[in-house]
Amino acid sequence: MNLRLKLGLAILAVFVVGSFTLPFFTSIDPSVQGTYPKGLPMSWQHPLGTNSQGQDIFWLLVFAVRNSLGLGIVVGIVITIIATLVGLSAGYIGGWYERVVLMVMDSFIAIPVFPILIVLGTLVRGQTSFVILGAVLVVFGWAWGSRTIRSMALSLREREFVSMARFSGSSGLRIITREIFPYVYAYMVVGFINTVLFVINTEAGLAVIGLSKVEVPTLGSIVFWALNYNAMLVGPLSWIVAPTVATVLLFLGLFLTSTGYNDMYAVRRGRA
Amino acid sequence: MIRLNNIVAEYTTRRGRVKAVDQVDLEIPGGVIVGVAGESGCGKSTLMKVIYGDITSPLSLASGSVEYGFEDERGRPVDHRTIRRQWFRRISYIPQSSMSSLNPVVRIRDQFTDFLDGSRKRADVLAEVRTYLRQLGLPPEVLDSYPHQLSGGMRQRVMVAMATFFRPDIILADEPTTALDVVVQKSILLLLMDLQEQMRNTIILVSHDMGVHYQITHKMLIMYAAKVVEYGDSADVFERPLHPYTRMLIDSLPSIGDDQIHEGVPGRPPSLWDDLRGCRFAARCPLATDLCRSTEPPLEEHRPGHYTACHFAGADPEQPKTATLARGAG
Amino acid sequence: MGLVQYVLQRLVAYLVVLFVGITVTFFLPRVMPSDPIDNYIAQLQNQAGQTLSPQAAQEIRASLAELYGLQGNLASQYVGYLKRVFLGFDFGPSFSAFPRPVSEIILAALPWTIGLLVTTTLLAWIIGNLIGLLAGYFHNRRSATVLEVIGVVLFPIPYYILAISLILLLAYTWQIFPLTTTIRPGVMTLDQIGSILYNSALPALTLVLAGFGWNILSMKSLAYSTKEEPYVTFARLKGVREGSIMTRYVFRNALLPQVTGLALSIGTIFSGALLTEMLFSYPGLGLMMRTAAGAGDYNLLYGTMTISIVAVATAAFVIDLVYPLFDPRIRFR
Repeated sequence: MNLRLKLGLAILAVFVVGSFTLPFFTSIDPSVQGTYPKGLPMSWQHPLGTNSQGQDIFWLLVFAVRNSLGLGIVVGIVITIIATLVGLSAGYIGGWYERVVLMVMDSFIAIPVFPILIVLGTLVRGQTSFVILGAVLVVFGWAWGSRTIRSMALSLREREFVSMARFSGSSGLRIITREIFPYVYAYMVVGFINTVLFVINTEAGLAVIGLSKVEVPTLGSIVFWALNYNAMLVGPLSWIVAPTVATVLLFLGLFLTSTGYNDMYAVRRGRA
Repeated sequence: MIRLNNIVAEYTTRRGRVKAVDQVDLEIPGGVIVGVAGESGCGKSTLMKVIYGDITSPLSLASGSVEYGFEDERGRPVDHRTIRRQWFRRISYIPQSSMSSLNPVVRIRDQFTDFLDGSRKRADVLAEVRTYLRQLGLPPEVLDSYPHQLSGGMRQRVMVAMATFFRPDIILADEPTTALDVVVQKSILLLLMDLQEQMRNTIILVSHDMGVHYQITHKMLIMYAAKVVEYGDSADVFERPLHPYTRMLIDSLPSIGDDQIHEGVPGRPPSLWDDLRGCRFAARCPLATDLCRSTEPPLEEHRPGHYTACHFAGADPEQPKTATLARGAG
Repeated sequence: MGLVQYVLQRLVAYLVVLFVGITVTFFLPRVMPSDPIDNYIAQLQNQAGQTLSPQAAQEIRASLAELYGLQGNLASQYVGYLKRVFLGFDFGPSFSAFPRPVSEIILAALPWTIGLLVTTTLLAWIIGNLIGLLAGYFHNRRSATVLEVIGVVLFPIPYYILAISLILLLAYTWQIFPLTTTIRPGVMTLDQIGSILYNSALPALTLVLAGFGWNILSMKSLAYSTKEEPYVTFARLKGVREGSIMTRYVFRNALLPQVTGLALSIGTIFSGALLTEMLFSYPGLGLMMRTAAGAGDYNLLYGTMTISIVAVATAAFVIDLVYPLFDPRIRFR
């Protein structure tokens, strides 16, 4: 394990364990306004103080990290499955099917997601749900992963052991699951982490401009409310600085894990 | 002339140091084509690096030196540390694959002149290059082309032209024809021979192909497991090889009217990481005795100008040992 | 592959992107559990503070359907949409600035976005690639590691975080730059240009910093692997000067995938730029979309979304057309 992977996993462990276990130790809902007095300074009771709406910023942040990560992981799993199926089938079947899939793939990579999300967000404002948002993110998120998986499957298609399996009469499905999957697995892990990054980032971007489900705390919606109530000018600054720092750390953790894992796997493959 | 003074060249790796060239001590006269042969990993490429003066990490020279028999601009004798400044002027190098050795995005013209030191005008040099290319049977348009526009043979001719343009004293060629088809291969070798005849430079040719060596070399250097095992005039080495390994290499060559299957030399060379004692070829040698396994044979002159490192030099592996011993004694 | 073949192939890819993009943006809003006409009528009723008579609502519904191109079945709507987009560049009138046509409003905002994007993307690409080259070429030096760490830290930071951090640091704490962009229309005097540059500095800095990470990291690994290519080794053995090896051998070759990579990532860059414009109130397409979203101006939103797709696809196509200038293997057969 290299330094990057260790560092990335350490950061991720703190975020995942912290945000998924801590909520069990509190009975209050941090998104409810006026639970506490407004604008309390940092203290043992309120490690990051309270904001101008009487919410505890620390607990708001814990729930936000949990919700953002949760959304990222769920959508990430769906996208990774789709990307793998599309990429593998394109690389393995080839021919016209591959050409068409490739063109559509490249189109989805080229299309700018954000303006479309703004329009959809405006359209369903008030009735936004994470299910709709997740579905739209799946529509725009599958292409990048498919592309890498396809090129991997393409190189495997010509490999000796695959053609051996084919000649010995194994079925296509069996070849894909038994012979190709172990090789593609590492790409799926890297693709999954990158997708989690993409999902959290995109939701946050939408939330910051108020077009996601901003009543639910996420890394983006905290910033939205902080900007909305002018936290930058009237305070408390921790309202905006804390989610900013948390986001940077979380993203760094995800990114280090993905590249670190990639490097480790590349070295291992090089040795084999 | 190239004088190799007891060269020991090591690679530093995580496992430690390994000697890729071990105590090579010999002299190569000027104006000859020397073939270097041996299996992969025998140290022939490392020896080339040392002679070329390209001794950079992880390779280092544990002992020894190389002399080239000529002086630099200030009149000081050039050695392996200073030869670098003579690259592509007095010593040059022809790489294995011309396709991957040429920069794909730069015209040949610019790759012909980018090692100039600025002492001469580029346009003048280019005019000379044009004439020179024509002598080598290359159309001058080659200069304005990109590598991908030329055929494999043309590219390798360009490499030969680059390496010989300044009429260097020494040319190192590392498997210069392996990537080419047989016909082109032959024309490149003939071109090299022609040029060598005109310029009288020393060419050191590394190849695993004994046929190539047989056709064009004047002298042969056989390496085995980081050591020189035989060195002498090609005619002698091919007609009357002294070392059993050389004999086996030559025997692996097909000859006309011969329908036997040639499987090369059976077995594998020892790992250089092992504690090597005695003759390194002993494990594969049909003549090996306890003497071979315990005592390393030195490189000695057995016939005038013909050196080998073998306790039973000149013995025929097909003959019973007693007979060869008797002949060796007599 | 010949040059003509290459251009044709890119042209087909361009048209496919346009087609897929336009099609997706036609169908996606229509499968959403929400209807712009209902939204608009609800908005009207809120503003009027009273319920509209069913008849009036029906009339508004009909005229809106006409304006949105929502008459007839899905297929004829789709054909009509394609026609209006490709043949007429017509997105109907804006609702918040009725009856100004949407296309006119978009065309007024477009140059600001293009100006900001082209400048910052080029800056980020050029500087990022140079830093990446140094980091990759001298990979075993400590200073190279520092450069790489800059890339690793910058790369995953989202645009809005960079924007907020810069506002916090450079506009709020050290008041060097203005909090939001205020660009007044006027004649392009020296003062005006100065004011525009001063006001655009923070959004521009955000975009440049955001672009750095990818360029540094990707150029670093490209330069590192290109350094091992046989032609670089051969150049070194020819005695070519180190500087020349780094620029003409390593950089020239490592640049090729970077050009392709830029074409692929232009959509992501554009998305980030929209968000950045919103946060800085920079008068480009992003701010316009935010205003339109607030006012429920769907024609303007649809128009901007469509133009965004066309603009990004065109930019990628232009980069694809520039690529042969970097790669003689496509220019000459």
